[in-house]
Amino acid sequence: MHTTTIGTLNITSVLFFVLFVISTLSITYWAAKRTRTTKDFYAAGRSVTGLQNGLALAGDYMSAASFLGIAGLVSTRGYDGLIYSVGWLVGWPIIMFLISEPLRNLGKYTFADVVAFRLSQRPIRAAAAAGSLAVVIFYLIAQMVGAGTLFRLMFNLPFEVAVVLVGVLMVSYVLFGGMIATTWVQIIKAVLLLGGATLLVFLVLNRVDFSYGKLFGMAAEKYGDKFLEPGQLVTDPVDAFSLGLALMFGTAGLPHILMRFYTVPDVQAARKSVFFATGFIGYFYILTVTIGFGAAVLIGADSGKLGRDIIMSIDKGGNMAGPLLAEALGGSVFLGFLAAVAFATILAVVAGLTLAGASALSHDLYVGVIRRGQSAEKEEVKVAKIATVGLGLTAMLLAMAFKGQNVAFMVGLAFAIAASANFPALILSLMWKKFSTQAAVWSIYIGMISAVAFIVMSPTVWVDIIHKADKDAITKQIAEIDGKVKTVDAEIEALTKQILPADAIAAIKKKKDQAAAVQKNTQTQASIDGKKKDKDALAAQKKDAGAKMPVAPIKYRNPGIFSMGLAFAIGILFSFIFPEKDAEEKFATEKLREYVGIGAE
Amino acid sequence: MGSKKKEDLLNDPDFLELVSKKNTISWILTVLELVLYFGFIALIAFNKPFLAQKLAADTKTTIGIPIAVGTILGSWVLTGIYIFWANTKYDSMVKKLKDKIGG
Repeated sequence: MHTTTIGTLNITSVLFFVLFVISTLSITYWAAKRTRTTKDFYAAGRSVTGLQNGLALAGDYMSAASFLGIAGLVSTRGYDGLIYSVGWLVGWPIIMFLISEPLRNLGKYTFADVVAFRLSQRPIRAAAAAGSLAVVIFYLIAQMVGAGTLFRLMFNLPFEVAVVLVGVLMVSYVLFGGMIATTWVQIIKAVLLLGGATLLVFLVLNRVDFSYGKLFGMAAEKYGDKFLEPGQLVTDPVDAFSLGLALMFGTAGLPHILMRFYTVPDVQAARKSVFFATGFIGYFYILTVTIGFGAAVLIGADSGKLGRDIIMSIDKGGNMAGPLLAEALGGSVFLGFLAAVAFATILAVVAGLTLAGASALSHDLYVGVIRRGQSAEKEEVKVAKIATVGLGLTAMLLAMAFKGQNVAFMVGLAFAIAASANFPALILSLMWKKFSTQAAVWSIYIGMISAVAFIVMSPTVWVDIIHKADKDAITKQIAEIDGKVKTVDAEIEALTKQILPADAIAAIKKKKDQAAAVQKNTQTQASIDGKKKDKDALAAQKKDAGAKMPVAPIKYRNPGIFSMGLAFAIGILFSFIFPEKDAEEKFATEKLREYVGIGAE
Repeated sequence: MGSKKKEDLLNDPDFLELVSKKNTISWILTVLELVLYFGFIALIAFNKPFLAQKLAADTKTTIGIPIAVGTILGSWVLTGIYIFWANTKYDSMVKKLKDKIGG
């Protein structure tokens, strides 16, 4: 038996966690005194430096799901986990080349500012707010349910307690400290996470003489050469490309990430921050993959048990690979530290999401749509704060409602919506003169609705969640039939052995005995034939059962490629059907501000 | 300090050149990133045995591992190339244009 303190309340982690909460709340108190205007609340007064914003972007993006999930995936599935980790980075260069600078020059607080720049304000802001909120809500549910599950697993803390703790803290940061406090929570978290992961990797490499070759050699020795080769994760090319597209362009459409570009003073700082963020995030994924291989090889190394088996015995998804490795190499103190870091990780991500959701509600929906752009500073900040509390409560309630459910698909859904609703409208408004209001509005709504609808119709939700009971019942039925077939096979084999071979019968001296043997053989053969018929009947039953297996209307697990393609098609087609002369004329002025920064906020 | 008006810049050859250069660089780098990542995905989808090859006779490390890590590093290097171009070329072109309208 592998002994672990995971699942009990760890004193070190409580200490580290309290320290983190005290320091972040002190920062929030300090930030509250500096948060007066909308510019302070949404954009930290545009005073964040490139390096600080790079760290904050990394802090906003590196979730507990990637820290624990990817390490777990690598530790249980080897190279396939590595493939997955690459996809999470590749959106960042796209943000750098196409998005960050125009966004900074053209917008004020949200990405809707940019889409609405030369189009009709109200319909665009309503659509963009819907797109942003959909991403924020699904992402928040996934994070909060993850937090609740994680802390029950780690400390045996009740699900509801963890959800309320996370909810209250995230609302406090955003409500009182706005973007200034949120930025510092993200910076501290990024430093802690990168530092903690670096230390863990150092301990891993220390065990393998600082040789990756040796680490991989040990992995191959324990799990076979296949562990270091691409396996079953990617089977259908369309699915693989679709997942890649959603990850890549979804990253470039996440409202909480896009919002961070308004916190820096100018485009130079904006591009610098993407460069730093890409470096930090890339480094982080390389660390996470090393932690995964380290966990597979080093956990249970003393007891002779396979690391993978120990990891999966504690959590089937492999999420405890990192914490178990930390305990194995650094004892319960290091485990406690890492658990506190995981908590901080979740807090920073949900705080960023809440702020992005609140600004969509207040800046886009309230001021842009309801008040038609006319609202006093004080009023807008007040509405943003009310929105923060409302969003926090909604997130907590939804997390409780989804307790114990499989919500892992919601992160993928958030990325699919971001890639299908937000990204096409944003890029078309930046690049294409003819892009019109009608086109933008329909592209956003159809992108959003189709992203949700297609995922519901894919096996990810249709089979694994909606028709889970049917699927499980039929799987069980098939397993039972397989069991019966095995029994029949064994019986047939036993009977076959009883049949006397012809030469043995010929060797029998007495005629009477010989006739009896022949007759017995005939009887045995008859029962074998009977059993074979039973087997055929079972095979037919299995086929019938298999035919009843729920089949998703869409066969791809990641249908993002279709919703994104649809959104682009609508955006282009509707621009021709509903042209907008006025918007085309304003494109030149937009370009002046986009490329030269004349008139930028 | 120049004396041109903001609107005059729209047809200024320097502005047109700036826009076309920035777009060219951005799209070339975007296409390179797409080729880098989807090239990697294409290898996984269509040529798994290639990635499963051993780096050398005496090691278990497969060629797929440096290729995956290389995709991560390559993405970062591309952002580095962009920032180098923007800091050295783009910013000075922007400054020249801003000087023309006196700010």
